[in-house]
Amino acid sequence: MEARFQLDYPGFSLAVDLRLPEKGVTALFGPSGSGKTTLLRCIAGLERAPRGFLAVAGEVWQDEDKKHFLPTHQRPLGLVFQEASLFPHLSVRRNLEYGMKRAGHAGGEEFDAMLRLLGIGALLERDPGSLSGGERQRVAIARALLTHPRLLLMDEPLAALDLKRKQEILPYLERLHDELSIPVLYVSHAPDEAARLADHLVLIDNGRAVACGPLMETLARLDLAHAFGEDMGVVLETVVAGHEADDLTRLEFPGGKLYISRCDKPLGSRMRCRVRASDVSLALAAHGDSSILNLLSATVIAATPLSTPGHVQVQLRLHGDGAPLLLARVTERSRLALDIAPGRSVVAQIKAVALLG
Amino acid sequence: MDASSLAAVWLTVKLATLVTALLLLVGTPLAWWLARTRSFLKGPVGAVVTLPLVLPPTVLGFYLLLMMGPYGPAGRLMESLGLERLPFTFAGLVVASVFYSLPFVVQPIQNAFEAIGKRPLEAAASLRASPWDSFFTVALPLARPGLFTAAILGFAHTVGEFGVVLMIGGNIPGKTQVLSVKIFDYVETMQYAQAHWLAGGMVCFCFLVLLLLYGSRKKSPWV
Repeated sequence: MEARFQLDYPGFSLAVDLRLPEKGVTALFGPSGSGKTTLLRCIAGLERAPRGFLAVAGEVWQDEDKKHFLPTHQRPLGLVFQEASLFPHLSVRRNLEYGMKRAGHAGGEEFDAMLRLLGIGALLERDPGSLSGGERQRVAIARALLTHPRLLLMDEPLAALDLKRKQEILPYLERLHDELSIPVLYVSHAPDEAARLADHLVLIDNGRAVACGPLMETLARLDLAHAFGEDMGVVLETVVAGHEADDLTRLEFPGGKLYISRCDKPLGSRMRCRVRASDVSLALAAHGDSSILNLLSATVIAATPLSTPGHVQVQLRLHGDGAPLLLARVTERSRLALDIAPGRSVVAQIKAVALLG
Repeated sequence: MDASSLAAVWLTVKLATLVTALLLLVGTPLAWWLARTRSFLKGPVGAVVTLPLVLPPTVLGFYLLLMMGPYGPAGRLMESLGLERLPFTFAGLVVASVFYSLPFVVQPIQNAFEAIGKRPLEAAASLRASPWDSFFTVALPLARPGLFTAAILGFAHTVGEFGVVLMIGGNIPGKTQVLSVKIFDYVETMQYAQAHWLAGGMVCFCFLVLLLLYGSRKKSPWV
């Protein structure tokens, strides 16, 4: 899909020119006030950029050069807001049917499948007011999907939920990710959410798209580190390879092995992990005298100074076929002491791995 | 209560019911527009709608009388259409009352529409509902408490009007002699017992209406 928008409000302007994949989850990531929600509203047709062009799946929804603008209700899209905007005067069932009927879908088996997918079968006759935040959001997602959208837009769907509710709903979103064949645009300012769900990342800052690319590559870019601050780091796509006797689980990926505290995922299941740059230290050789379990050999690609004085970030390529990049954060003193420069072979010591499920 | 009192009560109920129905029909789209528009006309139109709230009824009645009279624009229009002129008729009372009670109907509905916000309507649009569709299936049902308040206030305010009625309708029994004018009549002719029946009845009626309004909602009815 292709999206170009230019729009000026007092004190804020949006100017983006994006080509986004027609499949998978694309995270629109950026700080509050960066314009990601405005961008989403432009795509939904809730906001009309005076200069804009939008084509989804080969169909032009907006082309201001030709004064063409499809109003929201004529766009085959699904929209999930930050707070579930269920209609309070309708039961859950009638909320679900509202869009389904208007989009001309009868329901039946597909309706039941959606209830199962989002675990809301027992809520049908309830009032939206009596649901928990997580339940409401699941109903809102089902309501949007039942219209058979060709594009699903989600505006920080978890931001209004507490941690427990988030954990409750994330597995459902992951299932959607695996089962949906339509593109999803997911607005978020939480790095973990974006890292867990997205395949593709668009970094928005101050009304501009500063980066756009596959998630893992984009997260490993040195020039974008400032956007993530303390959360700077990469995401690794691993497979659960073994549960060991001493209560550790072994994860494998093209760059090597990682040991984590035992988790109850079945063997062979995929697991995304996030490795923060600040949790990676470097050594010239693997010593047997370290308590750190996860040691991965890598080659230095580049090292650049960080905004924190005396610190540098190092981009590494792990060894192995199709091995991913890794970011490390070390002091300038260490960099000089170890002579860390492009081409140097090092051992990355990973102090902590955050599981993203 | 004598027959002429009953006739006044019946006329008043007929007038208030008709006026309330007309006001909901006219006031709802007007309130919708006022709640949603970004036009520069919002201020002026809002002020005009609210005028009857602050103007003395005699002022309103005076100008309505001029408009509807044989030399006023409304009067000429009626005449050219071959219709009866409005002053001193029941129809004239209806028209005048619609103007007089307009703010009492528009404001609660406007507040209700504003309280809904744009989110439910955006959600409806994303679910393929056209603007008309979402107005009837989302905005109106969500504004129901406001519509209820508006209907009650419009009805009660029309029942209670006096100055405008006197200016436009006069005091013709069975035709324009409504309750409030009838009471004035009784008092002028020292028939206090008859006046008590009607005046006391009005106090009870108004109390019950307000009780209904406050009792049915936890919040202030003017929300």
